[in-house]
Amino acid sequence: MPTLVFLEHHDGELQKGSLGVLSKAASLGGDEVVGVLLGSGVGALASGAGRFGATRVLVADDPALEAPLPQPRVDALAQIVRVRGFDAVLFASSVLAADVAAGLAARLEAGLNWDLTDLEREDGKLVGKRPALEDSVQVDVGWRTEPRLALFRSGVFDPAETGGAADVEEVSVELEDFSQAAKMLEQAHEERSGPSIEDAEIVVAGGRGLGGPESFKLCEELAEALGGAVAATRAVVDAGWYPYAAQVGQTGRSVSPKLYVACGISGAIQHKVGMQSSNTIVAINKDPNAPIFDFSDLGVVGDLHQIVPKLTELVRARKGS
Amino acid sequence: MKIAVCVKQVPEGASKRIDPGTKRLDRSGEGALNPFDAHAVEEALRLRDEAGEGEVVVVSMGPEKALDSLRKALAMGADRAVLVSDEALAGSDLVATSAVLAKALEREQADLVLLGQQASDSDGAVLGAAVADRLRTPMFSQAAELKVSDGSIRGKRQTEFGYDVIEAPLPAVVAVSDAINEPRYPSLKGIMGAKKKPQETLSLADLGIDSGGVGEAGSKTEVYALSDPPPRGDSRKIEDDGSAAQQIADFLAEKRLI
Repeated sequence: MPTLVFLEHHDGELQKGSLGVLSKAASLGGDEVVGVLLGSGVGALASGAGRFGATRVLVADDPALEAPLPQPRVDALAQIVRVRGFDAVLFASSVLAADVAAGLAARLEAGLNWDLTDLEREDGKLVGKRPALEDSVQVDVGWRTEPRLALFRSGVFDPAETGGAADVEEVSVELEDFSQAAKMLEQAHEERSGPSIEDAEIVVAGGRGLGGPESFKLCEELAEALGGAVAATRAVVDAGWYPYAAQVGQTGRSVSPKLYVACGISGAIQHKVGMQSSNTIVAINKDPNAPIFDFSDLGVVGDLHQIVPKLTELVRARKGS
Repeated sequence: MKIAVCVKQVPEGASKRIDPGTKRLDRSGEGALNPFDAHAVEEALRLRDEAGEGEVVVVSMGPEKALDSLRKALAMGADRAVLVSDEALAGSDLVATSAVLAKALEREQADLVLLGQQASDSDGAVLGAAVADRLRTPMFSQAAELKVSDGSIRGKRQTEFGYDVIEAPLPAVVAVSDAINEPRYPSLKGIMGAKKKPQETLSLADLGIDSGGVGEAGSKTEVYALSDPPPRGDSRKIEDDGSAAQQIADFLAEKRLI
């Protein structure tokens, strides 16, 4: 049976996380990998999914699906899965996708495993890999029935462009009244300046430990020296120290750069989920018990106001030579 | 205005472990109210007090000793507690848990159901949407601000892209973000008073639920194996003695990052 991948989109762009999951699904071999695109006026995005491994994309184009709200999407997916039958329905985790996947699990009485970092086929059966309890244990999880629903940790799979083409098929869906009862009055649109932190190979991030918005300059200078982008935690974005587009975490972007430098960030779970897939993590924090040190490659207990400017100088000197 | 808050007792920090025999989370040690749920309790109390009338009932599913966490919510100011507890519930996954909680919530007929954004032991941010689907009520999650007026609830939802504003008619289900408020600490008076507040323990039979559809038997997911996590590579932690910047630069050079 084929695998279905939920293709999330925002402001006319397919989200990188969904394309990563699509690539992963295609790499597992087996039956067809089908993408599903739900929205209003989104048909043009469908063909883009072919390049990342979908051989078919189902498009439900309906004004009632315009706002990124979960419940109409549960209705749509439930119908599509019931009519066509899928072995698995895969989601890249996001605020929207988690609610869609959970609603679908209840609707279809289907098993949902979340926070997966990988999916493998072992002796013909799908096994999900899930680090649990602060990543202290690796749990192999499975499903007893179909469809198998899975939410993947943000940023664990890179989209791999294979250059294929997808057949695009329009589907119509019927929505429940209760699913359309919640209304979007205002929708957030990202105000982005400069390159996206998602695409940066090096990210320098600042948190509460900076002490105030003026200290973001330290992060900006280090980022410039390293050729990277600047990110921020929810706490400092909420406090108005830095723009929302730079927010990394559960309610922010997920990044998986080659290098993540965390300055004055404690490493709460909401932040961790957005950056733990980074290749190398360097953390500077004055609190020796900060959780960030549990998942850093190099942890430095010290005053970032002293260390970061010196580091910037050293990086500049090395690059200059 | 009647508000039901779903809460969960989670194992406390150091005692978190998975029992290798059952492959389930070991819940025998010390437990605490899921910290994310304290925000939902706080918000419920705020909305009740703002309305000037109403009731906040906390609802949980778990072993008998989860009553401790329900009492914490009562000590904060909730009015009543309901615990669904039955040996047959052990090992319930999302499908089973949401079915049981939905039954308990149907019995309450609350105007609003609040949840925390996730549980700190399972890190799933999934229960609210599953419960709402079973109750067939509107829902939204990651609410960082809530306001109730004229039979509807309006909230700011925090997403990857910024804040959405969403409005839903009551009854509705909302999972709140931990950015929504600072939960109060129970006062001594609150703690003393909590013991006298109504606390009800329900079995599956009380809710008319067949034990075959819940617990391990009714779950659609399973755990195959436990193992050590893949190593992160060499991890180092140093104290700055004035040379930290140099050590970081050397580390980055060694990793060919500069």
